[in-house]
Amino acid sequence: MPLITYREAIKQALAEEIEHDENVCIMGEEVAQYNGAYKVTEGLWDKYGDKRVIDTPISEAAFSGLAIGASCLGIRPVVEMMFMSFSYVAIDQLFNNASFCRYMSGGLMNVPIVVRGPANGGTNVGATHSHTPENMVANHPGLKVVCPSNAYDVKGLMKTAIRDNDPVFVMENTLLYGEKWEVPEEEYLIELGVANILREGNDLTIVAHGRCAMSALKAADILEAQHGISVELVDLRSIRPLDENTILESVKKTGRALLVEENKPFCGVDAQISHLIQLKAFDYLDAPVHRVSAIDAPQIYAKALEDWQIPNEERIIAGALKCLA
Amino acid sequence: MPSAKKKSTAKKAQAPANAEPATDFTGTPVNAKLTPDDKRGLYRTILGIRRFEERSLQAYNQGKIGGFLHLYIGQEAVAAGVVSLMEENDHIITAYRDHGHALAVGMSMNECMAEMFGKHTGCSKGKGGSMHFFAPDKNYWGGHGIVAGQTPLGAGLAFALKYKGLKGCCICFLGDGAVNQGSFMETLNLVSLWGIPVVFVIENNGYSMGTSLARSSAEANLAHRADGFDIEWDVCEGHDVFEVREYANRAMTRAREEMKPFLLEIRTYRYRGHSVADANHEKYRTKEEIEEYKKNKDPINVLKAQLLADGSLSEDEAGKINLEVKAEADAAAKFAEQSPVAPRSEIQTDVYWEVDNDPSNSLKGTYFFND
Repeated sequence: MPLITYREAIKQALAEEIEHDENVCIMGEEVAQYNGAYKVTEGLWDKYGDKRVIDTPISEAAFSGLAIGASCLGIRPVVEMMFMSFSYVAIDQLFNNASFCRYMSGGLMNVPIVVRGPANGGTNVGATHSHTPENMVANHPGLKVVCPSNAYDVKGLMKTAIRDNDPVFVMENTLLYGEKWEVPEEEYLIELGVANILREGNDLTIVAHGRCAMSALKAADILEAQHGISVELVDLRSIRPLDENTILESVKKTGRALLVEENKPFCGVDAQISHLIQLKAFDYLDAPVHRVSAIDAPQIYAKALEDWQIPNEERIIAGALKCLA
Repeated sequence: MPSAKKKSTAKKAQAPANAEPATDFTGTPVNAKLTPDDKRGLYRTILGIRRFEERSLQAYNQGKIGGFLHLYIGQEAVAAGVVSLMEENDHIITAYRDHGHALAVGMSMNECMAEMFGKHTGCSKGKGGSMHFFAPDKNYWGGHGIVAGQTPLGAGLAFALKYKGLKGCCICFLGDGAVNQGSFMETLNLVSLWGIPVVFVIENNGYSMGTSLARSSAEANLAHRADGFDIEWDVCEGHDVFEVREYANRAMTRAREEMKPFLLEIRTYRYRGHSVADANHEKYRTKEEIEEYKKNKDPINVLKAQLLADGSLSEDEAGKINLEVKAEADAAAKFAEQSPVAPRSEIQTDVYWEVDNDPSNSLKGTYFFND
C-alpha cells in the first residue's frame, strides 16, 4: 500500500470528488494559482481550471455565505479556511445560515457544503491562529464535524463529507500535513459517526481526536513498555455524529477513561464525553474520568511553552497514571 | 434622484436615449405590455399584502403571534413590482421584513399566517416564525433574520446560475441599515470581481430600526457605494409599482444578459415601527412625516388612481378585490388559529437532511444529545 502524506490524501480526495461530481468546486484564499497556503490544493487549478478551483478575496463571510447560497441550487462547494481560526470572521454565515437554514425552513432546504482547513495549535503562531473550534461547531445542531487523525481517515472522511447533504466541517492539522500513512489506491469512503480503535487494551481507555490521537498512540506504547499498562485507544474521527457505543463499550471493558483533546477544557468536546461516560457507564468505572486538554489560557506564542500547553506524550502519560492511581 | 456630486467613473445606469426625466412610467415598454388583468393582479398583490399584515398586527396585539413582527406596510409596491418581473431561472432572497415578498411570489396567506402563529401548518412548520418564510419551489430562499446575512447567500444563488450556465438572476433585497454591514461590502466586491448576476435591491425606508439614514450612513446616497466596487447602480422611488418595474427590469435584464451585478436603491417608506415592539417610532420621526407619505405616496392609492384612470379597474372592482383579500386574510387567521402546534417530536426533525432521509436507520453515531 502506498505511503502518502496527510496533505496528499486530502488532495486525492478533492481531486476524486471533482471528477466524481461536476457540482463539486473548491474555493478559498490562495487555493488556485498559489496552490494553497499549505499546498493542500497543489496542482488542482492547473488540472481542473477556474471553474472548479476558485481563488477568493480575503472575505471569509462573503465566500462562506456564497457557498451556502450556491449549495441551495445543487452546487457542492468545498470551502477552504486557510486557518479554521479565520472562520470566526464568518460566524454568522456558518453558525446561523449553514446550520439553521434547513431548520428554519421546516426542512425545505439543505446546505451540502464542506468547510475544511487546519484547526490546531502547536505551530508557534499565537492565540489568533490556533483555534480548535470543533466544540463550537458541535454545539450547533445542523452542523457536523470530523477531526481526522491520519491520512487514511482524512481521505475517506473528506470524500464522505463532500457527498453528505448537510454542512460538514473537516478539521485538519498543519502538523499532520507532512506525516505519512498507508493509504490504499482503490477508492474508499469512511462513514461519519464511526470511531476507530487504534489500539486494543484492557487497563485504561484513552479517547482522543485529531492529532491528539497520534500523541496518545505514542504515549500508550510508553505506558505499556515502562509501566505495564495496557491502553485501549479510541480515535473518535467524528465528533458530531458521535460514536457513543464504541466509547462506552471500551470504558465498560477497562473501567477507566482518560480523555485527551487539544481543545481548551471548559465546554470542550471531552466535557460532553465525560458526561456521557458517567451517565451511561457509571457502574463500570473504577476511577474518576480524567482529562488532558490544552492548558486553559489563550494559546501562547513561545514555542517551548506552547509545546507544553497542548497535550503531549508526557502530559498524557501523567494523566493516564492518575487514572490508574 | 440623487443630486450629490458624482465621480467621473460613476457607473450610474444610463436612461434610455432622449428620455425626459420621467414621472409617469405606465407607458414604458415593460409596463405597456401589461394587460388589464395583469394590472389588477398587481393591485390584488399589493392590497393583499396590506390586508394580510393588518390582520397579522391584530393577531399580534391579541397575543396570538409572538416574537417580532416587522411590518412591510407602505413598502408593498417594491416587492410586488420586482417579483412581477421574475422569470423561470430568477431567484429571490430577502431579510426579516419578508411577508410582502413571500405573498408576492405566491405563498399562501394560510401558510404564512400559520407560521407566525407557530403552527404545524406554517410554511416552516412553526420552526422559523415571521422572519423566516421559505418557498424554494417558488425560487424564494427566505426570510433571514440577521441584517445583511442574506447578501452573500443571494450572491451564491446567482453564482450557482452562472456555474450551471443558466440564464437568470438572483434578486437580493436588503434594507438601508444593511449597507453598513461588512458582509454586504465583502459581497459587493466578490460579485463584481466574479461577474455574478445578482441584483441587490436596497429598500431604503429611511430608518435602520430607529436611526435615520442621516444618523447612520456617512454617504446618504446609498447606491453610490456601488461605485467603489465598479458596479452599475440606479435609484428610483418605491411608491409607484410601474416605476419599480421599470427600474428593476433594467437591472434584472442587464444581470441576465451581461452576467453582471447591479445595485438598485428604491426609496420607500414604512408606516409602522421597525417591528411592532418599536412602539416609540414617533420619537425618531414625526407624525406629519408619516401622514405626508400616506397621503401622497401610498402605493395602494397611487396604483388605484392609475388603474382607474386607464380604465383597467373600476371602483366596484377595487372594492370587490378589497373585500376578497380581506376575507382571505381573515380566513388565514382562522386557519392559523385552528391549526395544531407540531408535536414535540418535531423539535428534532429538519435538523439534518441525512437523518430526515434515513428511513432504514442506517446512519452511524449519535446525532442528538439528550439525556
